Amino acid sequence: MKKHTAVDVPLSTLASRRETRDAQYGFSRRDFFRWAVAATAITKFNAEFLPRLGAAVRDAVKEYPIIWMQGQSCSGCSVSALNTVHPSIKKVLLDELLPGHQLILNFHPTLMAATGSMSVDVVRETVRSHKGKFILILEGAVPIADDGLFCTVGDEDGQSITTLEWIRRLAPDALAVLAVGTCAAFGGVAAAKPNPTVAKGLGDILEMEGIATPLLNIPGCPAHPDWFLGTVAHVLLYGLPEPHQIDEMRRLKTFYGRTVHERCTRRDDMEEGIYASKLGEGGCLLAIGCKGPFAYGDCPSRRWNSRVNWCISANGPCLGCTEPAFPDGHSPLYQRV
Amino acid sequence: MRINVTVNPLTRIEGHLKMEAVVDNGTVVEARSGATMYRGFEQILRGREPLDAVQLAQRFCGVCPSAHAVASSQCLDNAYGIMPPDNGRILRNLVQGSNYIQSHVLHFYHLVALDFVKGPDVPPFIPRYEADYRLSDKASAAVVDHYLQALQMRVKAHEMSAVFSGKMPHSASVVAGGSTSAPEIDKITAFLARLSELRAFIDNVYLDDIVTIAKAYPDYAETGAGCGNLLSYGTFDLDNTRDVTKRRRFYGMGRYQAGRVEALDPAKITEDVAHSWYASPSHLEPSLGETLPDARKDTGYSWIKAPRYDNTVYEVGPLARTMILLTNEPDSAQAKKVTEALTLLGLKKHHLFSVLGRHLARAIETKFLADAMVDWVLQLKPGEPSCADLPMPESADGFGLWDGPRGALGHWISIRNNVIDRYQVIAPTTWNSSPRDDQGIPGPVEQALVGARVPDPNNPFAIARIVRSFDPCLACSVHVVTPKGRLLHKVTAV
Repeated sequence: MKKHTAVDVPLSTLASRRETRDAQYGFSRRDFFRWAVAATAITKFNAEFLPRLGAAVRDAVKEYPIIWMQGQSCSGCSVSALNTVHPSIKKVLLDELLPGHQLILNFHPTLMAATGSMSVDVVRETVRSHKGKFILILEGAVPIADDGLFCTVGDEDGQSITTLEWIRRLAPDALAVLAVGTCAAFGGVAAAKPNPTVAKGLGDILEMEGIATPLLNIPGCPAHPDWFLGTVAHVLLYGLPEPHQIDEMRRLKTFYGRTVHERCTRRDDMEEGIYASKLGEGGCLLAIGCKGPFAYGDCPSRRWNSRVNWCISANGPCLGCTEPAFPDGHSPLYQRV
Repeated sequence: MRINVTVNPLTRIEGHLKMEAVVDNGTVVEARSGATMYRGFEQILRGREPLDAVQLAQRFCGVCPSAHAVASSQCLDNAYGIMPPDNGRILRNLVQGSNYIQSHVLHFYHLVALDFVKGPDVPPFIPRYEADYRLSDKASAAVVDHYLQALQMRVKAHEMSAVFSGKMPHSASVVAGGSTSAPEIDKITAFLARLSELRAFIDNVYLDDIVTIAKAYPDYAETGAGCGNLLSYGTFDLDNTRDVTKRRRFYGMGRYQAGRVEALDPAKITEDVAHSWYASPSHLEPSLGETLPDARKDTGYSWIKAPRYDNTVYEVGPLARTMILLTNEPDSAQAKKVTEALTLLGLKKHHLFSVLGRHLARAIETKFLADAMVDWVLQLKPGEPSCADLPMPESADGFGLWDGPRGALGHWISIRNNVIDRYQVIAPTTWNSSPRDDQGIPGPVEQALVGARVPDPNNPFAIARIVRSFDPCLACSVHVVTPKGRLLHKVTAV
């Protein structure tokens, strides 16, 4: 992890200020303007694109091409990212995430229109035309057994390309790499004993490969959409975090600065000695395995899914899913540590 | 002229899928479906506390975690010889039902719709294959508008699930014995309010868009028929009968074959490995399943095993549930709605075996499930228990059979000395994306592709449309992993 310490890349180098739409997509701001005007004439859905249109006209929006790779993932972190409410996912996909800053989701296997070789070509083109300016996001762990053959994405000259190989090719040229979810950050359930595929988190891979690109971890099983977009927004607005803004796990302290236990809404129960003794009971869940004291995250105050609930409010013990120790170090999950 | 067409990755599905097809004079004559990601969950589960299975099994898949949570908890219920109290049974149904809505809406709008309409001209909606978009600009723009609306609707469906599950994906409340969540009036109200919004969206937007697409692409009612045999374990428990084959379920258990629905005997399910990379004996029952990998097996081309029922290929999913319902309960409101939709589109019952038929069955199922959930919420009894006590014997065996959004999902467990000795899963996509079996018969998706027209091998949109109609979920489907891997391209070349 030492190679990925303090990030001193100034924000001004993070982004392309220009309208760099790839010529091969046949799309430019000018085209967009025409398209949006045409759309305006057609339906009410023009309203969705008007802010985008305004951005195109102002031509002062910093664009951040995104390559979102899926390693050994369950796609849960992608699905969780889609659950963002403020900003809405619609805004994230089509509009400025923050004034003057827009993500351009060039590659995301679950969402992109392109398929097959056309989709993989997008990755190559993004690296070619945005070297040093794109953000690489990894969801899922990276298996290294047998040169990484347990997870492949796309073909090249009849050869399957491993996720490990994609990281080797993409990470050195990225502005920053983000590990979304506990599998990407630390290996997570994919790396649980006996770790059949020798799955690793991104930090280990970068260290192993000697890649010095700045890394930020956004663990959680899944990662909370606010943690993900908040970390992205920090990079966009303020540049890469200062050393004092992240912990030794390379997580933003804003989200991961305190344990679940410290802010738990059931502290009163603990202090009054009201403990659940079996599944389905309320009260403090420490006796049935809650890992809140060992888990850094703001779940008690942030809550999940538009803040409607969180694990402990559903009487589910905290699994400590934001930690490198998840799941093995926190197992048995329903037994007191 | 025979050409090999490879689509890798096949995007807009869950997970890592590589499709290969042999195209002869513009028509697919042979297809192979291969998963390209492996984790080895069944090995990982071995030796762990049985209760932990429910949490880890959810992590098979972030799109359908609720299905694995329920199947795994029912597997433990079965092993322990217990049944959840009514509240627990209903809460599981609600957590799962919410995610059915989420999954089906996500599938149609965010995974499939871009096969039939052009999205905005910005990434990730470009680049795209410029071919065969048939809706008018106005109609297409309306569907894109609904794509954006659906993004918000699926968020609400996850909120519903989280009301009773703590969070989604990967819920905290589903456990052996029932649910840890307590049904309270604020939760019931919060759930119903969102359900009402979703029902309006399903009735007024989702169903209409299916009809719009169906009218513009009538040839897809004749495309991708598949194997014709359908299987469902049934889903959503309506009573607490211990024997799952006798339990009353919202969708019933059964097999559809040659126009009839037959009983399903779980003992007749086996897994073949003749064309899978396993050295373990073929044709074993899942409860006795072994997973000895053999990466150098010459006849293998997939990590997915080939599940068969009584040596026969079966498709699973919304189409299976729908055909069983149409046959068993033709007078039910859902069956009538399906018939009405077919009439509206000028189609016959046999057209349901198609790309459009699968989409139609999925959409109509979403409506009737959402409608039924109103009654289920109102059956909750605040103040009564949601979770049964767990006897937790030292050794036990059990299974959980349940239909998730994508179809029949089975979990099998053996507990010895208080830990998991064996855990086997046959997921819906294991059935649908299975490779050839011991007799050399291709799996359902492979069969559905044969005959598909692919005039331009560089533009394989027809292949993608057929495969996506099955809603593949690859993360779920793959079995155990060996550290002795093998380059996929060496063995999947056709």
